[in-house]
Amino acid sequence: MSAGTANPSPSTVTSLRVRSGRTVELALTVFALLIVGLAYVNVELAVREQLPPDLWWHLGILGAAALGLHLVLRWRARYADPLLLPVATLLNGLGLVMIHRIDLGGGTGSVATRQLLWTGLAVAAAAGTLLLVRDHRVLKRWTYLAMALGFVLLLLPMLPVIGREVNGSRLWISVGGLSLQPGELAKIALTVFFAGYLVSTRDALSLVGRRILGLQLPRARDLGPILVAWMLSVMVLVLQRDLGSSLLFFGLFVAMLYVATERTSWIVIGLTLFVGGAILAWQLFDHVQRRVTLWLDPFAPDQSDQVAKGLMGLAHGGIFGTGLGEGFPYITYFSNSDYVVASFGEELGMVGLFAMLMLYALLVERGLRTAIGAREGFGKLLAAGLSFTLALQVFVIVGGITRVIPLTGLTTPFLSAGGSSLLANWIIVALLLRISDHARRPVSERRAEQQRSAKDEATTRTREVR
Amino acid sequence: MNTPIRRLAYVVIAMFTSLLLATTWIQFVSADDLRERPGNRRTLIDAYSRERGAILVDGTAIARSERTDTDLEWVRRYDQATRYAHVTGYWSFTYGAGLGLERARNAVLAGTDDSLFYQRLVDVVTGRPPQGASLELTIDPEVQAAAADALGDRRGAAVAIDPRTGAILAMVSRPSFDPNALSSHQLSAVDDAYARLTQDPEQPLVNRAIAGDLYPPGSTYKLVVAAAALESGDYDADTELEGGLTYTLPGTETSLPNFGGAACDPEGRPTLARSVQVSCNTSFAWLADQLGADALREQSERFGFGQQLEVPMTVTPSSYPEDPDDAQVALTGIGQHEVRVTPLQVAMVSAAIANDGELMTPYLVEAVRNRDLEVIEDTDPRTMSRSVSAETADTLTDMMVSVVESGSGTGAQLPGVDVAGKTGTAEYGASGGAHAWFTGFAPADDPRIAVAVIVESATDNWTGETGGLVAAPVARAMLEAGVQP
Repeated sequence: MSAGTANPSPSTVTSLRVRSGRTVELALTVFALLIVGLAYVNVELAVREQLPPDLWWHLGILGAAALGLHLVLRWRARYADPLLLPVATLLNGLGLVMIHRIDLGGGTGSVATRQLLWTGLAVAAAAGTLLLVRDHRVLKRWTYLAMALGFVLLLLPMLPVIGREVNGSRLWISVGGLSLQPGELAKIALTVFFAGYLVSTRDALSLVGRRILGLQLPRARDLGPILVAWMLSVMVLVLQRDLGSSLLFFGLFVAMLYVATERTSWIVIGLTLFVGGAILAWQLFDHVQRRVTLWLDPFAPDQSDQVAKGLMGLAHGGIFGTGLGEGFPYITYFSNSDYVVASFGEELGMVGLFAMLMLYALLVERGLRTAIGAREGFGKLLAAGLSFTLALQVFVIVGGITRVIPLTGLTTPFLSAGGSSLLANWIIVALLLRISDHARRPVSERRAEQQRSAKDEATTRTREVR
Repeated sequence: MNTPIRRLAYVVIAMFTSLLLATTWIQFVSADDLRERPGNRRTLIDAYSRERGAILVDGTAIARSERTDTDLEWVRRYDQATRYAHVTGYWSFTYGAGLGLERARNAVLAGTDDSLFYQRLVDVVTGRPPQGASLELTIDPEVQAAAADALGDRRGAAVAIDPRTGAILAMVSRPSFDPNALSSHQLSAVDDAYARLTQDPEQPLVNRAIAGDLYPPGSTYKLVVAAAALESGDYDADTELEGGLTYTLPGTETSLPNFGGAACDPEGRPTLARSVQVSCNTSFAWLADQLGADALREQSERFGFGQQLEVPMTVTPSSYPEDPDDAQVALTGIGQHEVRVTPLQVAMVSAAIANDGELMTPYLVEAVRNRDLEVIEDTDPRTMSRSVSAETADTLTDMMVSVVESGSGTGAQLPGVDVAGKTGTAEYGASGGAHAWFTGFAPADDPRIAVAVIVESATDNWTGETGGLVAAPVARAMLEAGVQP
């Protein structure tokens, strides 16, 4: 924002036409679809030695979804970031291909078909989000509603009838035969809440307090919210036995707190609380201890060989991978969900995995850029928070597979089989698109729009008067 | 708020960098270690997804890969399994490549050897499924069959070499096993079979011909002693040696008798030729004492003792004792006191004598052929060492012919063919038990096959005739098969 004033001759730039980037987006999205189609053909040729029987149908559904969203953007968010849609489409499409590949190799049935339907649904939800939320700032009004929604979603799986425990974690609800992981959606609601809450309390949180040892420490009563967030994440950890989500929520909250207050002390307090909680959890809970042992020595006998199998899969792929359809990713457990990255590592190799990590990095970078470009605090916080959850989630799950940190079960955004995750991540992309549209829109158009909406409002009011 | 967002971006960069580093570590730096980890199913399935090369004897596969319709695409089959078990080894899903050529030439059979790099590259480009190369062996199926049948159920080993080239014509070890039991995809049955084989006190998995517990050579070692004597220039076939009824080991009161206490010669002074013919103990103990440990060790080494040898299976080096005292040197003269040999080594002694004193390096693989039957590796006969002069070889041959004609080895006679040979009865332990030996070659004037046979624990009663009685007929069967045109 302050960068604009540094321009030596501001009067000469006014005639520059701002490019919306929609054409670039279209070209890149078509390119992404092309890559996905090639990968699909590749898998079918390698595994079944035939062309995919439903190539045009399947690619058509994904293409229609992506291009449909592109049209919605042209119509309702002309200046949205042009890279988000192609990158998300590419990741989602590759995820579909790998899930299909595991279906073929590991006999998991038709998970891919379900995932394709979910993709359509998730992209529709993203389009819906863009159409409904014409200006992200309205979300700020729903700060406390978002909080309530977030908490309810988080705690839903604890309810007796609909809650389900899968693989030792109570993360699922089942309604009418449909399984959902509400924690994924809670992530968004809580980010909205954090952004709304922090933008209004940031002054109190950042300015008041005492300095001790060079750290600006907050007042005791301002510690309330961070303690609540901490307790919430500990609760998720204890009651639902879900290390990954717990880490994700708390990391997200600390990061947003830091962005809002610009105070390092919050990071110190947050990390202290986190380390304390982690040590406590390690001492109290078997399953946490098991994860740590497994992390330190994945090949030790008499314990789960999940990490070991994933590592062997990655090693089997080596630098260039076995080629799609040529490896044995299905030997690893959860090879189409938690461990889908290991499946990619095996068949596309280190090179392919690097490329996919770069896609995520690009997605996060565009998100953070949007945060920097956003013109008001709420948008900044929301964009930064949403981008950071994406980054953190990738780090926690991929780091768990590659032994950077102990393994905790989390879905890999856009790649893992699972509808809730897809839904949540496409909504995140929609929100980032909305904020970026606002951030990148040239001043002239904004003014025009303001006038237009003022006129609309006036008309409405006139009508009402009549 | 832009500054903390930028800093947050650095945190994100750090997180992704750590992921890239970890990925590099796993997929590049330590990938080979992970791949080779025991129990890595991918590596095994990978190996089973490729058609492993066959092992061929005279155009017939004794080990081949057969397609299945399971996860493990190929299964290994061994025809004439027990006859060739120690030559082929086994290829097991659980226990990997074990023993024999399956293990020694695993990379070639699996198609991962560097020599197949070009073929693999072509396969990748053309999309052809990769395939291992096959091995063509030097084995003569008739000699192998004769050896296996003649040994029967008795513990022991038999080896035959073409003395002119070093090509191994037969290699049999008993008791044998069925490698099909280990290569099967019935994994629990494989486990049972493996446990049974490894716990069997008779050690069927050991290839006694090249890699068992080394044997004392007994009187077959007298050929080496005689060679050393002739090569020294101080002795010829007619030199009279001191060989009475008994020989008192130097520096001791211990008295060494002849087999059965018989005299080697009425005068007690048998010639060198006579000593070999009747396998005289007293004269050879005396001769060893005269020659000394260094001369004997040097002659042994010229016959191949102490050398690393891969045929391509690793052969345990035979050995002459490091630092024997005088009494022990005398005992080595009759192949006792820690002279240790493999049957292959004994066959190499005969082979060197048969080939005018020139020892050829023994080998089992004639050629390696790729899928398109192009020869990608060819074994040329190589000289391993000059063991004795041609003259000495002639003299020794004459002596060995007399052994079979009218000495201790008449059991190896063949009608119409001159056979050269030497018997041996090697005492082990203190109980009087002994292994029966025979080594020799035929035809004596134009040798085409040299053999060594050992029958373990052939007797509990050391009489000295056992080698001729028990081992010679086995050798005879092999020689008979080998001299057929």
